[in-house]
Amino acid sequence: MPKTEEEKGFVEIVDGNYKIKGKFHIVEENQPIFNKDTGKLAGVTNPRDMTYIHSYGGEAPFFEGITQGKLLASRCDNEHCLSKGKIFEPFRIHCPDCLRKNTIVDITDKAKNKAKIHTFIITHRAGAFNTLPKPIKFINVEFDEEVATILMSILAVGEPNIGKRVVPIFNTKKPTYTIMDLRFVPEGTPETELPKGFTF
Amino acid sequence: MIKFSEKQLKIPKLVRPVYLVTAGMSKFDRAFPQTRTEELCIDALTAAADFVNMTPTELKQYIHTAYYGHFADHFGDQLLGEAVIHDRLGLDPLGTIGVKTGGATGGSTMWEAVKAVASGYSDCALALGWERMDEVPTDEGNHLIACAADKDWETPLGHIYTGYYAVMAQRYWKIFGREEPSFRDTMAEIAVKNRGYARMNPHAHGPMDITIDDVKNSPVIAHPLRALDCCLMSVGAACGIVCDEETAYEITDNPLRIYIGAGSHTLRVGDRRDMKVPLLPNEEPGQYDDLGKEFSGGDRYPGFTSFLAARVAAYYAYNMAGINDPLEDFDVIETHDAFTISDIQTYEDVGIKPYGHGREYIESGEAYLINPNTKKQGKLPSNPSGGLIGCMHAVGATGLMQIAEIGYHIWNRWDEIHEPQEKWDAFGREKPKDWKSLQVKGAKSGLAISHAGVGSHVTCTILMDPNNLLKED
Repeated sequence: MPKTEEEKGFVEIVDGNYKIKGKFHIVEENQPIFNKDTGKLAGVTNPRDMTYIHSYGGEAPFFEGITQGKLLASRCDNEHCLSKGKIFEPFRIHCPDCLRKNTIVDITDKAKNKAKIHTFIITHRAGAFNTLPKPIKFINVEFDEEVATILMSILAVGEPNIGKRVVPIFNTKKPTYTIMDLRFVPEGTPETELPKGFTF
Repeated sequence: MIKFSEKQLKIPKLVRPVYLVTAGMSKFDRAFPQTRTEELCIDALTAAADFVNMTPTELKQYIHTAYYGHFADHFGDQLLGEAVIHDRLGLDPLGTIGVKTGGATGGSTMWEAVKAVASGYSDCALALGWERMDEVPTDEGNHLIACAADKDWETPLGHIYTGYYAVMAQRYWKIFGREEPSFRDTMAEIAVKNRGYARMNPHAHGPMDITIDDVKNSPVIAHPLRALDCCLMSVGAACGIVCDEETAYEITDNPLRIYIGAGSHTLRVGDRRDMKVPLLPNEEPGQYDDLGKEFSGGDRYPGFTSFLAARVAAYYAYNMAGINDPLEDFDVIETHDAFTISDIQTYEDVGIKPYGHGREYIESGEAYLINPNTKKQGKLPSNPSGGLIGCMHAVGATGLMQIAEIGYHIWNRWDEIHEPQEKWDAFGREKPKDWKSLQVKGAKSGLAISHAGVGSHVTCTILMDPNNLLKED
């Protein structure tokens, strides 16, 4: 059963420290496990409901960007690095070669014009806490030779194929502030077919 | 990293020889509702003591440090579980440490133990691993496994590891398998072979007598992978004990030389940048220059189709042990067959067949104990234990089970572990009426590959009869 607003945990940063309010765990009694054949005790259940507090650190601009319709990536601009000019998406705070801080770049247009499916998988299974509709269409998106890496995402509309052109969509209306706010659809998909809350 | 320095490519050196003296395993199963983890670990160590005709008390007198492989603390809801097991094994106050490298945990645990002995810190070290994956509901288990992917960029997407892993299978299937029905059959053959071998193994959790059609008709997990293409999710424990030469010959007349190499690659597959294929001793410069022409789309290395970590681990281990051609120089191999298609990928990564041609290892019959084409002994039988598909995948124990199984072949004592009726009875399992020995006759060397998830960590462990070494110390 979903938690009520009073049961949810909220966090802000005040004066450089986390300030929490609301409930971060709900206590539920444990239960015994009996062997039905012997009637004897074998163990117990240990119910636990917890909420983690997690910092995005230097990746925060990416996760904020996708709530605003922007796909931000990062680029190594170190003149002395072999990876100079290479763009990383997934966003990397530091260049993996020289470990200098990367420059944040906006690749929204590049994604709109060049993104295509590198590989994909469709699965009818999901783990606990999944909120995506099934089957889930996982896709890995390649951009162009300037982008050294490949981005994992979800195809929200249509069927995936290797090489298929796709464009990003963003959960700008009611964002979750997670990677779930970024998905892709085939090029040419009308806005009316996008999932609730998503825009181009 | 896309270019390696000479210092990074240095061949690892054990400053003194290291020997595997014994190994042991518990029963493996999907769940043990009435057994604590420590009971399984004690079963494994007791089996190792039995194997060298000692009591556990006698064997423990030799152990100087202990290395414990247990990947998923959150499954067992017990941090410092290693300390619990160490205590229950009665090994306090010896130095101990936990090792966690996903599916490669077992191999990595042995890697640590071998280095401890090679350095001279210990003359005898225990490597013991286990996993407990039966104490949460399956969907929560799927979430916990998905936590081994990137928590911000991957895990929220479905909370299901299949989604992050099977994209690699899909790409290999399309590029190198060319979506051919014959390739689909070859994948299925691996599942049939390994589940069939598991029938001869009383420890095995998933033995089945099945056909290629059974595999192809099993439920789709994520196309092209079906349920019977996938490995088991098991509970159990396994161990091995390694020593310096003097101590090894105090414990047994027949210790085996052991070498291990380890490699790694990015946790997110998409972060893997293009590079030239690093070559193994049996490959030629320029060999892969036209791979993209031979297989359209196959020019991106390692991309989503190869495991660089496995290749690097093999590079280190082969050069340590003097392996030139794995097909010629090994007699038996245990691969990390998490999925049938990843098994084929691994044949290429460790140089059994060139990139793009992994399927030929199965199709030639060389991977069978008895080659179905020639009816003679296969050149390099793979996974006579049943592998992860037929025997078990109790993550922290898996690599150690593989090392134990390779050892039993080289010791020529495979039957002793797998045949006794008393063991089948004790495990509550019915011994097949057509039980037969899978002992690889005359085995002198073998390879065990321990592999984490999408290939973030891989170890290659080589065992050899010390009278048939390929490289001088």
